[in-house]
Amino acid sequence: MSKGDFSGVWIYAGHDGSKIDRATLELLGVGRKIAEKIGAELSAVLIGCGIKHFAYELISYGADKVYLVEHEELKYYTTLPYAKVLTDLIAGEKPEIVLFAANTTGRDLAPRIAARLKTGLTADCTDLDVGDYEDKASGKLYKNILYQIRPAFGGDVIATIVTPERRPQMATVRPGIFELPKKNPGRDGEIIQCRIELGKNEEQAVEILKIVKEERGEANLKDAKIIVGGGRGVGGPEGFKLIRELAKVLSGQVGASRAAVDAGWISYSHQIGLTGQTVRPDIYIACGISGAVQHVIGVKNAKIIIAINKDPHAPIFDFADYGIVGDLFEILPVLIEKLKNIKAKHKTLRKMVNVQFRGLTWKTIK
Amino acid sequence: MPPVNIIVLIKQVPDPKAHVSIKEDGTLDRERAKAVINPYDRYAIEAALKVKEKLGAKVIALSMGPPKAEDALREALAMGVDEAILLSDRRLAGSDTLATSYALSRAIRKIGHYDLILCGMETVDGNTGQVGPEIAEHLGIPQITYVENFEIRDGFVRAKRLIEGGYEILRSKLPVLLTITNTGEEPRCATFLGVVKAVKKDIVVCSIDDIGVEEDSVGLKGSPTKVKKIERAVLCRSKYIVKGGSVEEIVDNLLKKLEEDGIDLVMMSE
Ligand SMILES: Cc1cc2nc3c(=O)[nH]c(=O)nc-3n(C[C@H](O)[C@H](O)[C@H](O)COP(=O)(O)OP(=O)(O)OC[C@H]3O[C@@H](n4cnc5c(N)ncnc54)[C@H](O)[C@@H]3O)c2cc1C
Ligand SMILES: Nc1ncnc2c1ncn2[C@@H]1O[C@H](COP(=O)(O)O)[C@@H](O)[C@H]1O
Repeated sequence: MSKGDFSGVWIYAGHDGSKIDRATLELLGVGRKIAEKIGAELSAVLIGCGIKHFAYELISYGADKVYLVEHEELKYYTTLPYAKVLTDLIAGEKPEIVLFAANTTGRDLAPRIAARLKTGLTADCTDLDVGDYEDKASGKLYKNILYQIRPAFGGDVIATIVTPERRPQMATVRPGIFELPKKNPGRDGEIIQCRIELGKNEEQAVEILKIVKEERGEANLKDAKIIVGGGRGVGGPEGFKLIRELAKVLSGQVGASRAAVDAGWISYSHQIGLTGQTVRPDIYIACGISGAVQHVIGVKNAKIIIAINKDPHAPIFDFADYGIVGDLFEILPVLIEKLKNIKAKHKTLRKMVNVQFRGLTWKTIK
Repeated sequence: MPPVNIIVLIKQVPDPKAHVSIKEDGTLDRERAKAVINPYDRYAIEAALKVKEKLGAKVIALSMGPPKAEDALREALAMGVDEAILLSDRRLAGSDTLATSYALSRAIRKIGHYDLILCGMETVDGNTGQVGPEIAEHLGIPQITYVENFEIRDGFVRAKRLIEGGYEILRSKLPVLLTITNTGEEPRCATFLGVVKAVKKDIVVCSIDDIGVEEDSVGLKGSPTKVKKIERAVLCRSKYIVKGGSVEEIVDNLLKKLEEDGIDLVMMSE
């Protein structure tokens, strides 16, 4: 689509029928920021069946408007019907910006829509902003353009992408990067119920035979306050016992580097990084992890990073707040023992601690 | 059942195990890194060859890239792919995913008959995963992304699609485009015989004129997204290395330092 009078920021509201995706709430947070910067409304598009109550929730998390599309055929996400609903809505309402979570739904749906509308799409953004863009070739200046910021080429570089001419400007946004917005149950908003016609073709191309949730063995890293990560230095599945034990003492979760996952020591659901999960715990303890940028990118929002590595030159020490140079097989048993002792004492002495945010900042080299 | 016609889309990428460097002018130096077939595309090739072994299929590998990408196609031939096509044209340089997918979809139309199009889940250099679904849209066929395994039966594809915390089993009509994840089936290596056979085969090289694509709809001009800037980035934090003699002392020092800074691991865990 070419530019015309497009306005407003939209987010696609993903859910599984029982709850709204956490990634969607994160989108509302960053969407709000962008909407305020360009002085526009923030709307959510909610598609499904019997999900009107989610609309109120979206409003309480920051949406000004919710486009609600309910239909029996739309109970579960499938590409073509959802793509049709969204493209029709976008063509009719003309939002300037449309954001999706970069999860398996968003990354399936967004490119389909972008191609239908012949507009640009930037995948997996880790930051969004608004500013001017000057086209060097034509000398044309574009105001209030969406900066779609993402790591590229395996994370070694950061690119800022813009879509100056076509509308809407579209991006998928990495889950786990942005903080959840505050919920305000008293917030006002508008719910717009949309009527839709589904074409027969769309309904029939792909059919869901079954949906299986495998909670067992899945690591719940997203909400974890403390994560203990193990890498190649852990040496094998046996070594992960130590990692698990430390995580247990701290009531935390176990994370892993890709090297450990690829070696088959632990399942993929534990992988942290560019091709794994992005997490934001209060504390991340990296054990036997070298600190490749592809890994660190996934924990850059941890409040505190503690690294244990026997190589004093391991890059992880540059990313850590606290580092121990030493053999994890010697350090961890002692640390676990001491923490257990402290824990026993703590039962009588409870106080709240507030952790200072010391999130990493990107420093670019000119 | 007649043999299945499969088109596998493969991209040549810098070896993910090597580091990319940035040239003086800020552009990426991709010359120096060794080039390989995108890892997920190898899984796609393997999946296509499995179908061929089971049901009989004609497998065509299609790639868009510089002339050097012939190496990737040659390797695909040596793995057992029947035909290889390279879309190579200077006017394609700078294409974003929309332009790339458009050009590839035109090449596919030109090939004509297909039942199945297989892509990788994403490339290790672009990391977008967009080219597959966008091709499906240009062709007006359904798609199933993040496929771990699939089978063809009675003119339908039944696929296991990975989603957050589980999976779906989906059924689609043919033709359909699938994007393939790590299937757990190690892609085969080219055999000596395969290499010998591959040398004898021609790789069809075509330009945008051959597939009826206008210059304006590809390359930088045909790409709605523009790169505003690209920077080398590093992450850093204030680091404090805990020192001490024995393991005992080191651990004590860490805990002491944490305490001084107001961080109580045990408290925080509760
Ligand atoms: C496109 C792309 C995407 C990627 N995505 C990810 C991703 O999502 N997540 C990810 O993690 N990686 C990812 N990687 C891989 C990444 O580049 C690294 O290869 C990987 O993170 C290395 O894992 P590691 O630190 O465990 O292993 P290594 O780099 O081998 O490091 C092991 C470390 O353990 C230390 N060590 C060994 N023994 C001991 C001991 N006894 N005590 C203490 N320390 C010890 C060593 O000194 C070393 O520093 C990706 C790569 C690419 C190209
Ligand atoms: N230049 C290309 N030539 C052939 N196939 C490609 C090309 N670019 C992307 N693809 C296919 O699309 C998939 C996703 O790529 P991407 O969108 O770049 O992550 C890849 O795994 C390939 O199967």
